[in-house]
Amino acid sequence: MSRKVRLNTPLKEEKVTSLRAGDEVLLNGTIYTGRDAAHQRLLDLLEKGKELPFDVKGQIIYYVGPSPAKPGTPIGSCGPTTSYRMDSYAPALMKIGLKGMIGKGPRGKEVVEAMKRYKAVYFAAVGGAAALIARSVKSSRIVAYENLGTEAIRELEVEDFPVIVANDVLGNDLYEEGIRKYSRRK
Amino acid sequence: MKQIHVDSIIEVVRNICQEANFYLGDDVQRALEESLKIEESPTGKTIIEQILENAEIARKHRVPMCQDTGAAVFFVELGQEAQVVGGDFTEAINEGVRQGYREGYLRKSMVNDPLMDRKNTQDNTPAIIHTRVVPGDKLKITFAPKGGGSENMSVVRMMKPADGVEGVRDFVVDWVKRSGGNPCPPIIVGVGIGGTFEKCAELAKISLLRELGRLNADPRFASLEKQLKEEINDLGIGPMGLGGRVTALAVHIETHPCHIASLPVAVNIQCHAARHKSVTL
Repeated sequence: MSRKVRLNTPLKEEKVTSLRAGDEVLLNGTIYTGRDAAHQRLLDLLEKGKELPFDVKGQIIYYVGPSPAKPGTPIGSCGPTTSYRMDSYAPALMKIGLKGMIGKGPRGKEVVEAMKRYKAVYFAAVGGAAALIARSVKSSRIVAYENLGTEAIRELEVEDFPVIVANDVLGNDLYEEGIRKYSRRK
Repeated sequence: MKQIHVDSIIEVVRNICQEANFYLGDDVQRALEESLKIEESPTGKTIIEQILENAEIARKHRVPMCQDTGAAVFFVELGQEAQVVGGDFTEAINEGVRQGYREGYLRKSMVNDPLMDRKNTQDNTPAIIHTRVVPGDKLKITFAPKGGGSENMSVVRMMKPADGVEGVRDFVVDWVKRSGGNPCPPIIVGVGIGGTFEKCAELAKISLLRELGRLNADPRFASLEKQLKEEINDLGIGPMGLGGRVTALAVHIETHPCHIASLPVAVNIQCHAARHKSVTL
């Protein structure tokens, strides 16, 4: 049975380990955005042994490229992008303390393994529910790579951002389990 | 000969770029409401409810329902007795896109070069324009923005005529299975069969413009559409791929005659934010 949980960031290890695939979570606090181009830059910095533009310890990265903010609003529509494109970058970030990722679609085996090893979770947000999600964003500030436009890294303050735990620290995968449960194919 | 000034083209393109991204079509809205009755997974139900609530917010506040406001794809039918005057037709469409995406606070998602620079063009141009010359003196412009997530889960395969109906069916179902939660299900599956390599891809995309719930006019293909929809929904992929009964809202097939040696098949997947808008001048 899935539970409904309210969580604050940065994520504490005991909170992260208590989450289970299927839990419906409302996220509160600071989260960071980053997608394809930003991840490439973060990994380039790590490879060169340089400091990242923000401390990822205990933090969550949201895979999103928002639409432009209308005047008077903190952000435009901002639903998740497909996560598998970030699979090759994710383990290195978990290794240095990243505790959560938000996106859509299943993750590769190496990411699921890294979540077990480094005690991190993957949250699924509803792809296409971008106007709804925008309402839970209270403020937005560019932290790095402004020249990447929509792909820049932003610090968001969120209130009750609705997500679902898709992968937990035990290796449970809601994508696999959910499909197995409802498949009518032999 | 009827004359159509580029300024009027710019204006209508500017408007439909915004309307298509703010307002979910009634047919998609209805299909989602119906799917809520069928869905058994509690997570799946929550997701469909969020999608419907999202459409409501987008409509009310005139904001894009999805942040990925797409590559700007156009299907144009130009009457052979109409003449575009006052400037360059392609540039008029691009100017309309430029203005529409700026005014509507829509995301600019095009890069100038696919492999080397990948620099954002900052105005979502160039548009992808498919033009057909037809009888009459009208100009019909259809805008169908296409997001990257579902477009990436699309494919063309040159099959053998011997593969037959069963081969095509298995190919489509297996492809949707492999795509899983990536293209934002509930999806609409566009299938193009026949023609040539490029023709079947175009057919698959054109099929997505059809009103949801309307079947192919040929009863044999209508029956294949129903069968494919059932098989795809039996996969259990469900809303956002987290398991459930509702994976496809519809399967649309479009066909074209083809070469004696060929059986080209294309699958173009459309997410639930199925946006398109037409206007006739």
